[in-house]
Amino acid sequence: MSDHISKTFDQELDQLRRLVAEMGGLSERMLADATIALVREDTKRAQSVIATDPKLDELQRTIEDNAVLMLMRRQPVANDLREVMASIRIAHDLERIGDLAKNIAKRSLKVQGHMQLGRAMTGVEALSRLAQGQLKDALDAYAQSNDKGALDVWSRDGQIDALENSLFRELLTYMMEDPRNITFCTHLLFCAKNIERLGDHTTNIAETVHFVVTGRALPADRPKGDSPSDPTA
Amino acid sequence: MSQMAVQDAPSAAAPNKDAQVCIGVKNLDFYYGGFHALKNINMNFFDRQVTAMIGPSGCGKSTLLRVFNRIYSLYPEQRATGEVMLDGRNIISDNVDINELRARIGMVFQKPTPFPMSIYDNCAFGMRLYEKLSKSELDDRVEQALRKAALWDEVKDKLKQSGMGLSGGQQQRMCIARTIAQQPDVILFDEPTSALDPISTGKIEELIEELRADFSIVIVTHNMQQAARISQYTAFMYLGELIEFGPTTKIFMEPQQKRTLDYVTGRFG
Repeated sequence: MSDHISKTFDQELDQLRRLVAEMGGLSERMLADATIALVREDTKRAQSVIATDPKLDELQRTIEDNAVLMLMRRQPVANDLREVMASIRIAHDLERIGDLAKNIAKRSLKVQGHMQLGRAMTGVEALSRLAQGQLKDALDAYAQSNDKGALDVWSRDGQIDALENSLFRELLTYMMEDPRNITFCTHLLFCAKNIERLGDHTTNIAETVHFVVTGRALPADRPKGDSPSDPTA
Repeated sequence: MSQMAVQDAPSAAAPNKDAQVCIGVKNLDFYYGGFHALKNINMNFFDRQVTAMIGPSGCGKSTLLRVFNRIYSLYPEQRATGEVMLDGRNIISDNVDINELRARIGMVFQKPTPFPMSIYDNCAFGMRLYEKLSKSELDDRVEQALRKAALWDEVKDKLKQSGMGLSGGQQQRMCIARTIAQQPDVILFDEPTSALDPISTGKIEELIEELRADFSIVIVTHNMQQAARISQYTAFMYLGELIEFGPTTKIFMEPQQKRTLDYVTGRFG
């Protein structure tokens, strides 16, 4: 894309992209660290995830302020308008992703010392890896304005749903086996649910990237796997 | 995705809080004969900032500009009272050298005003009147001015050709070059792009953004979006009164006066 006559406008757009990229990097790390904190009972890491969240919130506010200012000053149209809209939407999704990762970190502190079911962790870890891969791909698609990459992420979200579903059944079995597992397993269920929600926000990001690149919205009915939270499943 | 440091947004919107007052207007009234065109105007214009004047036709914004370089002095029935301070001197008092004042406060008009002479002579016009410069000094200043006006690359091979042969946008940039060749402190723009196409408008706006590094700029514009794009401060005038003055972001995002809000949102005017 060639430059605008106004160099400042180009700089403002670049800056907006940089800020979104930074938010992306932070939220990726928060999810990875929260998962490690949970699996390895790493208190320090959990606390660092919790402490990172305000930084993410601040970045979101900066992005929104800059975007509103650009709408006011530049009255962007066409791809520029989509770009500014996208930054607001993606920043919102990343902020939510950060919140969900923070919640996992908080739960990791609660289950510490009650790791009677190490094998239950394996499933949560696998689910998180899948979500981390999706998030990375969605952010890469954003950075490269790569519609194909975004569509791949969008169509793969069903995998997270399917894995969450099987994890749900597994955790249910542990709880039925021994009621002493219930507290621990309930925390893990919430962690799994958080990761599934986080996957949905990642899919939103992919949809936004598609909107930026093509100017069109994706169909409302994206491929979904069974989710235990879906009453029709 | 790699981690990047947050940098301060390169925002042209933010006014420089430390900017010094360049022109201070106090209790200014202006009359076209019996018509009271400016009513008790009090405001400051800041050094190396762009101040946009907006308001419906006839609100007095162009009149205010005309006061700053004393164009009204050409007409005996027009008079101003009050203070317009530049460097500690009231420029509307009688003991001001008007030619010197106009060299310090340059003006660019709505329609390009090329003189019927070569591009070079157009740019050198003011300097030849007021300064004793050698040929090479003059050449340097003309080149410098044309470069600053973002016109040099387009005209460097035809400096001897008539300025009237340039396109509208180029003529306007030549007029800007003629103004900045005088090395003024302040440049007044009276709707500088209203006669230009969108591309030329974009170039002039970009130019104004660059000129801000060296000059204080006051621009009268009917185009509110233009005011929002290029200025750090905005003044809204109505029926000869200054209704609201403040940082541009404030005027366009949360104006304090109902009339300003109605005007900038397109509800009246």
